[in-house]
Amino acid sequence: MDMKATKKKLGMKERYRALTRDLGWESSYQDKDAIFPYVNYEGIKVHDWDKWEDPFRLTMDAYWKYQAEKERKFYAIIDAHAQNNGHLNITDARYLSALKIFLQAISPGEYAAHKGFARAGREFPGVGTQVACQMQAIDELRHAQTQIHAMSNYNRYYDGFHAFADARDRIWYTSVARSFFDDAMSAGPFEFMIAIGFSFEYVLTNLLFVPFMSGAAYNGDMATVTFGFSAQSDEARHMTLGLECIKFMLEQDPDNLPIVQAWIDKWFWRGFRVLGLVSTMMDYMLPKRVMSWREAWEIYGVENGGALFKDLARYGIRPPKGWDDAEKAIDHMSHQFMLGLYQWSFGTSFHSWIPSDEDMDWLSAKYPDTFDKYYRPRWAHIKKLKAAGTPFKNYGLARLCQCCQLPSVFTEPDDPTLTCHRETVYKGEKYQFCSDGCKDIFDNEPEKYIQSWLPMPALFSELGGDVGAWMNWVSLRDGDDNGDYDGSTDQKHFNEWRGLATSNL
Amino acid sequence: MTVKSMKDYVGVSRDRVENFNGKQLVYVSWDHHLLFASPFLLCLPPETPFAELVSGPLTALVQPDPDAAAVDWSAVEWLKDNAPFTPDFSRSLAANGIGHKDQIRFRTPGLNALLNAA
Repeated sequence: MDMKATKKKLGMKERYRALTRDLGWESSYQDKDAIFPYVNYEGIKVHDWDKWEDPFRLTMDAYWKYQAEKERKFYAIIDAHAQNNGHLNITDARYLSALKIFLQAISPGEYAAHKGFARAGREFPGVGTQVACQMQAIDELRHAQTQIHAMSNYNRYYDGFHAFADARDRIWYTSVARSFFDDAMSAGPFEFMIAIGFSFEYVLTNLLFVPFMSGAAYNGDMATVTFGFSAQSDEARHMTLGLECIKFMLEQDPDNLPIVQAWIDKWFWRGFRVLGLVSTMMDYMLPKRVMSWREAWEIYGVENGGALFKDLARYGIRPPKGWDDAEKAIDHMSHQFMLGLYQWSFGTSFHSWIPSDEDMDWLSAKYPDTFDKYYRPRWAHIKKLKAAGTPFKNYGLARLCQCCQLPSVFTEPDDPTLTCHRETVYKGEKYQFCSDGCKDIFDNEPEKYIQSWLPMPALFSELGGDVGAWMNWVSLRDGDDNGDYDGSTDQKHFNEWRGLATSNL
Repeated sequence: MTVKSMKDYVGVSRDRVENFNGKQLVYVSWDHHLLFASPFLLCLPPETPFAELVSGPLTALVQPDPDAAAVDWSAVEWLKDNAPFTPDFSRSLAANGIGHKDQIRFRTPGLNALLNAA
């Protein structure tokens, strides 16, 4: 026989081809449009899917190897954290409020991203895209899982961690993140890629993860630092996928530019609203702070974001429409949001508090133009009300924005003393918004956003305004999970247990 | 196009007035008084006299503000749909044209203890 012996192993390049591009085939008895029905209706024109670049050249077998190694390291550290009483090594139990918000609002977003990428991987016709989406779908599932596992140790000792899934579905301050992902998942595959792959991963991840993970490190939370590291190497791949997708669309056809620009405008603003939570965690909830929200915005928003949009300018992309309004809000948003969280703390599954005098001095140093002028007088008055035995609780609830679903705590871009009021009438019904950015998104696709399930109106439409019934429904245990940190069970337990660990009580 | 979709798509509003068991939502906001982080959300029957909205829930809700005691309700300036508006205190929300999810604002020029404190 004259058979040529094949090499035992494929080379890197051949293996890559065999495990990605070679997995696709031309359909013979089904029409391509019937197999990929969702790829045209958004108006994006693609002429050649083979032009899709795979910057990482990662194949599934290598992927599993890397991820398994990371998992082993991650769980070793999580075990060590549990065995070494990691729950007592944090700076102060106030820090846990940031973690609780993250677990209730952001970790479920990772899971939503997993579902979204699994779907996008099926809906895109190109093999390179399919494989990249598949890996990201698995990454996101892993991130949700590792985050939940990392934080589960705190659930054994502290309140507010036990019902994060109910909080995600039903409580009011998480709906900004939930609606962000619901909006993305109910869009077509290309818009989904802009929403998550570009806006969330590229524009926002740095502002979300980097300060959050440094915050965890500064405050002695090794469990969170560990999931941060474990996810970080994936994030580089996700950011590249998002940017690759955007460049691919822009290079395929000039008609794609206005569609992509409109998505960038929309998803920048939706992402910016999610950052409202992050700004508050950074400025108010870290007992030992890393940097102010303003400083983080300068580095990750202005410098990095600015460089990115400069890079995209050659395709005709301009910075997002809401950029200037965002800049005007930077020195206000964390204060406006924390004041809201404090006055509605009877309805939060975490604790908030009145900043101490030292905290306020730090805030006025970081926000010299705004804190003393607008926000210190309010906190001082709230402090007085508490000292008088009549702590401030706002039972008026809040007007939620029909688009971002946050309470309308934000002010006019050019008047920080006046709430921003925007409204529209669609098919005879009125809708309220927190900003021009959110109103524009609604006006562009009203049939989508009239369906928003808004938590505060639902308290009246579904539960007749019964706050106790609402607490049961969202799994919030009144007196344990909610209210002022000062006097809370978390505070009492932390001080007792930490006292046992550090003294001879 | 009112939504990007593959075929005709009609959404159903979640917060239609008929879902509120005979009541309606009204948003009330005190301009330049941001101790209250957001406009108040009230759920009231449309037959509620305007005077009752003011003397009942609104008066109770604004109490924590240091200006609350000095408010002269007969002299405040009202806005609806972000335009000047003169409510008839003796008539109902419905008769005053205050519909479901309408935003009522009021102004009290000269009163602003928390803004001037700094």
